[in-house]
Amino acid sequence: MIKKRAFPEKEKVFRPGDEQLPEPDGFRTVLRRLAGENKLAVVSAAVILLFVLAAVLAPVLTPYTEKDMDLRHRLSPPSPEHLFGTDEGGRDILTRMLFGSRVSLLIGVVPSLVSMLLGAALGIVSGYAGGKTDAVIMRLADLMLAFPSMLLAMVIMYTLGGGLMNIFLTLSLVNWAGVARVVRSETLRIIKTEYVEAARITGVAGIRIMLCHVLPNCIPTMLVLFTLNIPASILTESSLSFLGLGIQPPDASWGLMVNTGRQFLYSAPWLSLIPSAAIMAIVLAFNFLGDGLADVLDPYRKNQ
Amino acid sequence: MRNILEVRHLCAGFPTLKGEAVAVNDVSLTVPEGKIVGLVGESGCGKSMTARAVMGLIRYPGRVISGSILLDGRELVGMPKKEKRALRGSEMSMIFQEPMTSLNPVMKVGRQVEEAIRIHEKVTAEEAARRSVEILTKVGVPEAKKRCLCYPHQLSGGLRQRVMIAMAMILGPRLLIADEPTTALDVTVEAQILQLMRTLSSGGTGILLISHDLGVIAQLCDHVYVMYAGRIVESADVNELFDRPLHPYTRGLLNSVRSLRGGGDVLDTIPGAVPNLTRMPAGCGFSPRCPERCDECVMDVPGLVDMGNGHLVRCRPAEGEEAK
Repeated sequence: MIKKRAFPEKEKVFRPGDEQLPEPDGFRTVLRRLAGENKLAVVSAAVILLFVLAAVLAPVLTPYTEKDMDLRHRLSPPSPEHLFGTDEGGRDILTRMLFGSRVSLLIGVVPSLVSMLLGAALGIVSGYAGGKTDAVIMRLADLMLAFPSMLLAMVIMYTLGGGLMNIFLTLSLVNWAGVARVVRSETLRIIKTEYVEAARITGVAGIRIMLCHVLPNCIPTMLVLFTLNIPASILTESSLSFLGLGIQPPDASWGLMVNTGRQFLYSAPWLSLIPSAAIMAIVLAFNFLGDGLADVLDPYRKNQ
Repeated sequence: MRNILEVRHLCAGFPTLKGEAVAVNDVSLTVPEGKIVGLVGESGCGKSMTARAVMGLIRYPGRVISGSILLDGRELVGMPKKEKRALRGSEMSMIFQEPMTSLNPVMKVGRQVEEAIRIHEKVTAEEAARRSVEILTKVGVPEAKKRCLCYPHQLSGGLRQRVMIAMAMILGPRLLIADEPTTALDVTVEAQILQLMRTLSSGGTGILLISHDLGVIAQLCDHVYVMYAGRIVESADVNELFDRPLHPYTRGLLNSVRSLRGGGDVLDTIPGAVPNLTRMPAGCGFSPRCPERCDECVMDVPGLVDMGNGHLVRCRPAEGEEAK
């Protein structure tokens, strides 16, 4: 005997057309989720924005320029005229900080972007092609990763000489290998999915599969790598400048300022401390933002 | 009637440490124009491998060892990659069992449906969009225009499967391979999708339906091939097969089907599992599990024998029984 089951009488029947279409979630949703889940990342983003604004508006924010010497006011402590004091050449430290932030941010973003694009391109090709192509690219990446990156950067900078373009080149060369490895493993996962299979069945050619199917699915990973590469680049530049291999005086860079301030650490500690604090702040901000993005973009990764 | 697909003596396999594992062994089958042909068998018996061989998408290091695959008279085995790619999507197409993972999560549905047109034909963006809306409407996606702007995660499973079918059908291929198209769907949606496939075939498309669901096969197919351990073991018209199943494996499959009117409480099963491809029995692949096994069965592989009515079977005891 089959028991009669009671059905609710006037239940709404849902048809495919009835359901409410949710808004396509895009950039805004990601930001909203970031704001909801991770306050630290939002604060970090604000700090980064502040630094960017300061860098852009540098000439408006200060009456001095970063190269103006004033030998009557050498090494003066913070005062209303010079908020962060002056250095050994009588140059206003706040001004040099502002102009230095242009260098630091550029050095953070440009080489990270270049190495991300290069690494992603090589990683996707490597993962998709497999075989010999894969082996060649990956051994090259291994070579880059096995070599101490700071040493490599120093050698390149020493050979090419200081200057912004050379720093860009050096940092891009140092960082692509890590990106390539991660993107390759991501590619290996993606090309096994059924939607790539479906694309093949539709007759999509290899290049289009890489560009239209693999690349867009790698972007969350690439974005996180990019954000985490920025502070690494800033730190490397600071180290190079500190060692005298990066930006050359009288141009300003935070690493360089830490280096020149070193001699006056006891008599005028603000010379080194202020740029050091700025480096720390921006590096931490980028790291927190990167972690926050990683949490939001990867639904399987729990924050904490 | 023209045969859209003719597979002749196809062998495909992949190398293992213990030698080449032959997953598809001497398989021959035909799909005529406007007919639905079923390919039945347990998991791991070579159904999907056969489909992949036809599409030319066997995963490395697997390969077609020998045999021939004719699509509308054109030989696919050994055809240059580029030519084959031109046929995929336009002349032959395939849909998968997993509608949840078969769509690119970061691409709008409309674009995915259009992709085939953009690749195979030179048309304007508006024309491509118009045709994708048209095909989506045809496969029963309501408000197709609006859905085109959705991402796959915003659609239900049934809708996604329809989108998959629309992707496969947009250029009107002659051959459609459906690899368990309804396994992941609930029964009501399943019925709708099956109806849709029936409509497609009446339009002249040849469909190769791969399934282990005999209910679906009985409803939909004109002709059925039963596959076991890489070989076709029985081939017959759908009514003939269900009325007079000759191979013990086919009978086992039929007995394992739940019936609404059926008596027994316990579902019949076939004991054991499909043999490992590298450790195939010397004789009939089914012999270790076969209730009607005789001495000859374990000696060598029986051939496919015509038992009348175009009913082919690869089984010695079955031949003997009929002769009596």
